[in-house]
Amino acid sequence: MNNIPTDLRYTASHEWARREGDELIIGITDHAQSLLGDLVFVELPEIDGQLNRNDDAVVVESVKAASDVYAPVAGTVIEVNHALTDSPQLVNQDCYGSGWLFKLRPDDIAEWDQLLDDDSYRQQIETDA
Amino acid sequence: MKRHTALYQQHVKQHAKMVDFHDWQMPLHYGSQLHEHQAVRQRVGMFDVSHMLAIDVIGTQATAFLQRLLANDVAKLKQAGRSLYSCMLNPQGGIIDDLLVYFLADDYYRLVVNASRAAIDLAWLQQNADAYAIELTAIDDLAIIALQGPQALATFKQIANPQQQLAVTALTTSFSVCRSDNWVIARTGYTGEDGFEIMLPAIDAVNLWQTLSNAGVQACGLGARDSLRLEAGMALYDNDMDDSISPLESGLAWTVAWQPSQRQFIGRQALEKQQQQGLKQQLVGLVLNQRGVLRAQQTVILNDQRHGVITSGGFSPSMQQSIALARLPISNDTHVNVIIRNKTLAAKIVKPPFIRHGKIMIDGEKN
Repeated sequence: MNNIPTDLRYTASHEWARREGDELIIGITDHAQSLLGDLVFVELPEIDGQLNRNDDAVVVESVKAASDVYAPVAGTVIEVNHALTDSPQLVNQDCYGSGWLFKLRPDDIAEWDQLLDDDSYRQQIETDA
Repeated sequence: MKRHTALYQQHVKQHAKMVDFHDWQMPLHYGSQLHEHQAVRQRVGMFDVSHMLAIDVIGTQATAFLQRLLANDVAKLKQAGRSLYSCMLNPQGGIIDDLLVYFLADDYYRLVVNASRAAIDLAWLQQNADAYAIELTAIDDLAIIALQGPQALATFKQIANPQQQLAVTALTTSFSVCRSDNWVIARTGYTGEDGFEIMLPAIDAVNLWQTLSNAGVQACGLGARDSLRLEAGMALYDNDMDDSISPLESGLAWTVAWQPSQRQFIGRQALEKQQQQGLKQQLVGLVLNQRGVLRAQQTVILNDQRHGVITSGGFSPSMQQSIALARLPISNDTHVNVIIRNKTLAAKIVKPPFIRHGKIMIDGEKN
């Protein structure tokens, strides 16, 4: 049973975004981490990097395959989760908490509201299956 | 409709992620492949490998038959209670399958072959059996549980009945095998650790699995099975070799018994010709000393720009870096380039195994 918190927004490519004031925290969903299997490397973006919506932001390498994580909205990278350099398994163990990937200052915070809500994301993955 | 082993319900109960593996539905992992891998290296784990096929070869010409069919020589086994690893070749010298052959009693051997090759192997054996006074029997209702890790022996002794305890005292070296009642217990495995492969009637499998589970043994799936065998430098059929490739180009020359020279095993002449003409490729180990993962089918580029390919790759939990097996043109290079997701990374050539009995055997040049 997938865990899909109600206070987050989602993308069809399995990123989640949490709004904190005018910043967004971004990670990958429980569905995504389960599909990937154990992560072994996470390549985080540069601080101050400018990302457009759907740009490659993070590369995650799991025991199975490498996968790209995309910026859900356009913005500037303001922080990355350095703990993942030595402990990539945090993404598998706690993908919505200590397994967060990076923080963005979005160009337009209103774009967050336009992402999928939890029901829409749940429907999305049920359709994918 | 995929096949299930006798332990299918156990896997489901233990929350295994089930995947299709050829004809079968098998457990990939039970939560974390890395956790299962470490459990085997540090303590003990168990694998359901009942998808592999056991084929019994019985008759007065069983030895002669296997001396013809297998590139390794069963006559080396000398007396019952031993086993060996061999390739089975086609007349072109290509590997039809790799397998273990257990010498169980006079005129009685058991072959255990890969699930993906079972039907092909059986047909090939049957095709060649006519000239020999033997019977071939594919054992249908067998389960196989592999118990692997430094604590495998202690764990088995903890749960074995008195008859099994006694039988296991005969298993003093790896590749030894014994029978207890209608179980066959071998000191063999696919992990590079001490351990046992227990072949038992399918109806007994659930009880053994649950007993081992209650004794604290970690259930391990195909994911950990693959990462463990890769660290141990063990070849995987379809990845590292297939029926178009000879053992000499698959790191398996050591499994070919040339002596006695009169032993005309199928494929011998093709291998001799290959040796006379000079080998063109070899299977080597690779290790990456930076972040990234080597994976099957990635291109390898030698210093003189000739190309090779990675046949098996992944992350080594024991070394915390990526390792691989690759088939490369023969060269004196010590380092090669690998194309990983459009980037060129340098990897070091090493001689497998990467890990043996939990110890790192090679210098990974880790930064």
